[in-house]
Formats: sequence, C-alpha cells, structure tokens
Amino acid sequence: MSQTISDKLFTIRFKCDKVSHLTIKDRDVCIRCTTKDCNFFCPADVYEWDKKQKLTTVAFENCIECGTCRIACPSDNIEWVYPKGGYGMSFKMG
Amino acid sequence: MNEKFDAVVVGAGPGGTAAALTMARAGLNVVLLERGEFPGAKNIFGGVLYRKQIEELVPEFWKERNFPMERNIVEQRIWVMGKESMVTFSHRNEAYKEPYNCFTGLRVKFDQWFADKAVQAGALPVYQTVALDVIRDGNRVVGVKTDREDGELYADVVVIADGVNSLLGKSMGIHREWRPDEVSLAVKEVIALPKEKIEDRFNVEGNEGVTIEFMGETSLGMAGMGFLYTNKETISLGVGVMVNHLRDKRIKPYAILEAIKQHPMIKKLIQGGETLEYSGHLIPEGGYHSVPPLSGDGWCIVGDAAQLVNFVHREGTNLAMASGRMAGETVIEAKNRGDFSAATLRLYDEKVKNSFIMKDLRKYKGMHKLLKEEDPELLFTKLPRALNEAAYNMFLVDGVPKADKQKMALKKIAEAAGGTVNLMKLGIKGWRAMNG
Ligand SMILES: Cc1cc2nc3c(=O)[nH]c(=O)nc-3n(C[C@H](O)[C@H](O)[C@H](O)COP(=O)(O)OP(=O)(O)OC[C@H]3O[C@@H](n4cnc5c(N)ncnc54)[C@H](O)[C@@H]3O)c2cc1C
Ligand code: SF4
Ligand code: SF4
Repeated sequence: MSQTISDKLFTIRFKCDKVSHLTIKDRDVCIRCTTKDCNFFCPADVYEWDKKQKLTTVAFENCIECGTCRIACPSDNIEWVYPKGGYGMSFKMG
Repeated sequence: MNEKFDAVVVGAGPGGTAAALTMARAGLNVVLLERGEFPGAKNIFGGVLYRKQIEELVPEFWKERNFPMERNIVEQRIWVMGKESMVTFSHRNEAYKEPYNCFTGLRVKFDQWFADKAVQAGALPVYQTVALDVIRDGNRVVGVKTDREDGELYADVVVIADGVNSLLGKSMGIHREWRPDEVSLAVKEVIALPKEKIEDRFNVEGNEGVTIEFMGETSLGMAGMGFLYTNKETISLGVGVMVNHLRDKRIKPYAILEAIKQHPMIKKLIQGGETLEYSGHLIPEGGYHSVPPLSGDGWCIVGDAAQLVNFVHREGTNLAMASGRMAGETVIEAKNRGDFSAATLRLYDEKVKNSFIMKDLRKYKGMHKLLKEEDPELLFTKLPRALNEAAYNMFLVDGVPKADKQKMALKKIAEAAGGTVNLMKLGIKGWRAMNG
C-alpha cells in the first residue's frame, strides 16, 4: 500500500489558476538560505531547490493550501495568498 | 452587490456556519462567504463530531435521513507506541449509544449539510469567493472586500471564521502570524475497507465505531499524535506533528504517515485497503495563551481563527460551533440595542470566557509550553519506549522474580527521563500543564 507523493496528490481534484498564489519574495534570500527547509516540510512537495538555476522552484499546482510554508520558512520568504475563489484544490471526502 | 447586510460571515466551516445559522434564524440579513467551490471543499479533520454542540443548533439532527454520520463512537482507545509494540488504554460503553456522545464524519459532506441549514434559515450563500480584506470606517469594520468584481459587502458586523490560516485576522492585526510551535501540520488518508472487514477488525456491528489516538515512537521524535477512526466503509488514518519539530527533523510529512502504515499494529488494521484520498491541514495548538481578543468595533472572531482548539481532547469543531453560536447571539443582541461597537460585542468575549471553551483551554494552559520546551525525544520516544519495555518484561515469564522486574522497569523509566529527580519534576510539570 506504499504510495508515492504523486499517487497521493492524484487523489485530490485541482482546478489550477494560471498565476501562482505562492511567490518567493526574494530569490537572493533563498540563495543564502543554508537549510532549504521548504524542500522538506511541504506535504505536497511544492518546493524544490534547482541547483543549476539557483532558485526555489514552486509547483503551485500541487499545493494543498495548508499554510505551513508561510509559517515555517525561516526567512519568511514566501508570499502566501489563497487561490482565486473556487480555484485551487477541492477535497472529495475531507 | 453594494447592498448593506446585518452581518457578513467569512468562512463556511463549523464556526462560520453556526454564526450564520444563529443570526439567520433570528431574522437577520446574513451573507455566508466561502472561498471553496462549496463548503467543505477546502476542509479536513480527523473525524470526530460531537452531538452536544450540533444539537444546540439543530435539535434531533440525528433523526434526519440525510444526516451524514459515519459511525457512532462507542469505544475510544489510546495507544502508546513502541517500535513494534503498544501499551493501550480504552473505554467502551453501551451508554454512548443513547444519546450519542460523538460520531465520525467527513468534512465535505458534513460542512455542506451544515451550511445548507444556514441557507435554509435564510442566510445568503456566496461561495467560490475570497474575502481579501475588511473595509473600515475609521476604526470600525464596516464590511469586506472580496475577489469578485464590485465585490464589496457592507455590514454592521463581520464575523471572522476563516480558520487556522486566518489571513483576515492577521491583516486586521487581531493576531500576528502564528509561530511554528503554535500549529501542527496533519496529513491524513481516507482508506477504503469493506464494511465486514471493519466490523471484524474493530469488534463493532451496525453503526458502532471506534477511535484510536496513538502517540510514541510513531511520531519519529516529534511532538505529535496519530489517529485512526472508523467510518462506514473507510478508515481515516492520519498524524499531526508540531511544525517547529517537523522543520528541525527535515522529514517529509507523508513519510511519517507511510512509516505509521508499516507499524505492525496499524498495518493489520488497514491491510488490503485502498487510499481514496490524501490530505493535509494545520491544527491550531497554541492553546490558552495564543487566543487573541475575540471582538472589536464591528467584528467578532470564532473557531480556529482564534485558536479555539482543545488539542488535548481533539475537540475543535465543537468549540468552533459553540463560539460561532455565541458570536451570532451577541450580534442579535447588538442589533436589538442598535449598537455594534466594541462595548456591546465584548459580550461575546464574556460568553466564551464563561463557557466550557475557555474553561477547558485554561485547564490545559500549560500544555503548549510543556510540549514546546520539553525534549520531544524524551516525551515521544524515550518514555513511550521505556513504558513498552516495562510492560513487555512484566508480562514475560522468564524466571526473573517480579519484584526485580518492577525495580528494573522503574529504573528504566527514570533513566529515560534522566534520573528519578527529573522524572518527578516532569511528572509535576505534566500534572500542572493539565490542571492549570
Ligand atoms: C487533521 C485534523 C484533525 C482534526 N480532528 C478533529 C476531530 O476529530 N474533532 C474535532 O472536533 N475537531 C478536529 N479538528 C479541528 C477542527 O477541524 C477545527 O477546529 C474546525 O474545523 C474549526 O472550524 P472553523 O469553522 O473555525 O474553521 P474551518 O473549518 O477551517 O473553516 C474555515 C472556512 O473558511 C474558509 N475561508 C478561509 N479564508 C477565507 C476567505 N478569506 N474568504 C472566504 N472563505 C475563507 C475556508 O475555506 C473554510 O471553509 C481537526 C483538525 C485537523 C486539521
Ligand atoms: S523559501 Fe525559505 S526555506 Fe525555502 S529556500 Fe527560500 S528561504 Fe529557504
Ligand atoms: S501551503 Fe502547504 S501544500 Fe501549499 S506549498 Fe505551502 S506547505 Fe506546501
């Protein structure tokens, strides 16, 4: 019954907006960030450090809107708003 | 939509809906705002709903044919987990059948059922709409700005019921951003299992159900709690951990859940089941000291948005409903007086303070500090492990005299705590935290 995160996310319905509701405030802050905590604590693997491009990639389409990253980024570097009304994820059971 | 209302309620979770229902029934002109496609679309919980606070709003709701109950809880179990063992406490009682005490549910169904009650009572549903900020006239809140075109809604009172993230509460300055130790992140799966399997595995029949909360080595050294609840034909399995600990550990939240599924005691209960849904959500766990002022000029705040959660007893929906009802009753009183100032709305703070909500939060007011300041490895790994080892040895027949076993068990538990004095200190701290 072991499942990958993509299997898990596949169980949720997403209606994606074209624009991201999650924004990295300052790219340089991520470059200086030694821990890259966002790569771990997000329950939907939204953030990943891209070594080549030297930036935090944001797969906002997978976001389950929990709010953890807004609170847990140690440099408060994530701008977090809700997706537009009716957009984003919808649970079917809850 | 520039009409003026008596009240705008932001958020159609249990808190907001309770407020809207209470006011609509009294004939007030109420808008119920929800950002999700429908109420419940954005919401999850573990799954236990409490009869008492629903009944206060919808008498005899359980007699309704379409009431979305999963199972009536007749037994509650607490498991203290070792790596491949557990020590258990539980209580089962036929008396929980009539009247119900609590039952499991799923939020997508429950929140819609509940919000429909408010709409039937006359509240105007405005869904798929985000409240972006409040509108002020000087210091007074006079409405909300939404993400709809011309989406300004004016009202005498705005009820803030926007849940744990409460961006509105923050933009209004009611509370600052929560610290990572004031919230837990929970991840959950709903796992399908045939009814017969559930009945056999959990020793239940008909609509009887069981809850299990588990703590110990399953939270991988973080302050956390797991839950496994029986629904009609599904199991709700999840785990919540304090966000500061999660950050320190650098463990993916779903990896904690996957590890739990492999625990021999859990594995057998969910074996053969198929995951129908994965989800995640924050739980406010700051307790008493994190609760902000609950009202001001033209506004009240209810439920998770105000940290009204008794996490020791996993009660949240009922505190949200009770606070929502009290906010609604206060707005009705304010309408009668024709005064929506902070002076009148303070009645709401008083009601909450004098009810079980604040009395319970006050009782456990030291709990958050204990969990934040004590070493989570001690509380959630070493002590549960020592307890499991003690139980293992006491039941093991190996020729060692029982008195020696008892001595050894006590020594091991004391060792886990860093000595007898530390263990006693911890005991006292724990007692105080639960009886503040
Ligand atoms: C994993 C988990 C397990 C839990 N287990 C239990 C349990 O077993 N029993 C129990 O009683 N409690 C439990 N709780 C707690 C319980 O879920 C909450 O306390 C309860 O849902 C709080 O209700 P609320 O109405 O205050 O907030 P919510 O239920 O969060 O509702 C807030 C609503 O506001 C909407 N919203 C937010 N912002 C806006 C905006 N700007 N504009 C428009 N709409 C907005 C949201 O979409 C949401 O519908 C659990 C919580 C979690 C996460
Ligand atoms: S978003 Fe925050 S945690 Fe992630 S890399 Fe940037 S600064 Fe670090
Ligand atoms: S809100 Fe939650 S799911 Fe979305 S990006 Fe942040 S941590 Fe990940």
